[in-house]
Amino acid sequence: MRRTAYTVIGVLILCVMLFPVYWMLNASLQPSGNTLTAGFLPLHPTFSGYKRAFDEQGGNLVTSVIIAVGTVVLSLAIATPCAYALSQFRSRWVSIGLLAILISQMIPGIVIANALYTAYERIGLLNSIPGLIIANCSSGIPFAILILRSFMMSLPPSLVEAARVDGAGLFRAFVAIVLPISKNSLITAGLFSFLFSWSDFLFALTLTTKGGVRPVTLGIYQYLGTQVQNWNAVMATAVLSAIPAIVLLIAAQKYIAAGAIGGAVK
Amino acid sequence: MVTLTRTTVAGRERVRGRRRRGEDLTKILFVLPAAVAMLALFGYPVVKNLLMSLQDYTLRTFFTGEAPWIGLQNYSAVVKDQLFSDAMVNTALFTIGSIAFQFAIGLALALFFRQRFPLGGLLRSLLLLPWLLPLIVSSATWRSILEQDSGILNRSLLGLHVINDPVPWLNSPSVALIAVIGVNIWIGIPFNVTLLYSGLAEIPDELYEAGQLDGATGWRAFRYITWPNLRSVASVVLMLGVVYTIKVLDIILGLTGGGPANATQTLATQSYEKSFVDFKFGQGAALSNILIAISFVFAVFYLRSTRRAVDE
Repeated sequence: MRRTAYTVIGVLILCVMLFPVYWMLNASLQPSGNTLTAGFLPLHPTFSGYKRAFDEQGGNLVTSVIIAVGTVVLSLAIATPCAYALSQFRSRWVSIGLLAILISQMIPGIVIANALYTAYERIGLLNSIPGLIIANCSSGIPFAILILRSFMMSLPPSLVEAARVDGAGLFRAFVAIVLPISKNSLITAGLFSFLFSWSDFLFALTLTTKGGVRPVTLGIYQYLGTQVQNWNAVMATAVLSAIPAIVLLIAAQKYIAAGAIGGAVK
Repeated sequence: MVTLTRTTVAGRERVRGRRRRGEDLTKILFVLPAAVAMLALFGYPVVKNLLMSLQDYTLRTFFTGEAPWIGLQNYSAVVKDQLFSDAMVNTALFTIGSIAFQFAIGLALALFFRQRFPLGGLLRSLLLLPWLLPLIVSSATWRSILEQDSGILNRSLLGLHVINDPVPWLNSPSVALIAVIGVNIWIGIPFNVTLLYSGLAEIPDELYEAGQLDGATGWRAFRYITWPNLRSVASVVLMLGVVYTIKVLDIILGLTGGGPANATQTLATQSYEKSFVDFKFGQGAALSNILIAISFVFAVFYLRSTRRAVDE
């Protein structure tokens, strides 16, 4: 009885915390206009907001997907061998590397944007997808190293030693043995790199100067402007941009929780 | 066990001397890409910002390539700016207000979810959603909720006769900062719950059983068992919170853009505006260096507290 009461309270807490998410969905199903007239339930849902969102932001959504996937691939390719090295090799450089990663978390994105803008301006990476992928790796790589390392610390050295006795080189042993066994933590690190990149707004805002390459976060920002013209299209775009987070949370619950804890504390 | 493996490895490697040299190279190649990336994405920006903050680096620099050295003039310019003290105060209020409430509410929820009840785990993981949403999505959503005339918050409060006139949440200089802090609290709660929950889960049940025999239940159990054991995790959560909150930019840009009448300008938004709106990159860099310096002070606390957490 008492435990059921706890569940009821828990559901109520969740309703309060997730109300804005519900409201986003609700407002996206309302008729268009510059005022918000939504009742608590979308009794007469219309999809005109979504139609408009796809028309105006469809290309931007594709841009965001490409950038996010690129960030995942590049971040994991760079972070995974390094995480393995930091977990298994014995060297005084290990603690220096870890310290560098911790310090990197303190550097505001605007500092990175400032420097990358001037560098990109010179080498022609402004307004480009590779430019944004590289910038987004600044959140993907350190996080992936921390997550992957905390898992790889638990690998017994004998695992790789056995393969080495059979004559496999360090790199081959890494690919054949360490990578398959680290599948779950690779998924966690990949999911977070995707979300970080998908959510990026600062680099999108500062490292693009004209219309060509425009991730969807920037699209929403431009919708917001000073006066919102079409709330339903804004909210429909917001819902579409929230989908990866929602899908990942439901489909990959245990990975996400592991990432939240592993990346922050370890 | 460890020494044993090491000596056998060493022995084998002495035999295969040539292979070992190749291996040292392989080991370096494992780390090299990440080292280059970290230097390019963090080392270079920090150095570049330090240099830029000492230069007259403006839009003209991009055309002429000239950025004359001007010493500390950028720093004195931004500090003398009448917005600077406002931005400092706002940054402090934003950070302290956000952290205090995120932590208190996060701790309360973490304690609540430690009670074992049906669906508890599922509810707790769904709670993570606000933290995973893109910040600009959260900003857009809250813009619609806080909208002065037709937002659901004012409509509900008017309907319940809590207020007589709509509150200009994001349009009035006197309440905008409070509204922005409120939204940031909402975003940060899940992070706090998750970390504090994992800290609570590591406190052994035996301690509570033993405490019960001594009459430590309820509040006394929290005071004498939970809190002392949670302290190291709590200090990590708080320091991480400060380091992350002090540089928040997306939420403020999305909600108010620093306005109205600069009421929500922080060091981070000021730095953005100097660089990318006014194109005074030197001054923007000076401001972000001040931000890093403040962050660094807290970072020292953070590193010390993590070390303690690891030691314990």
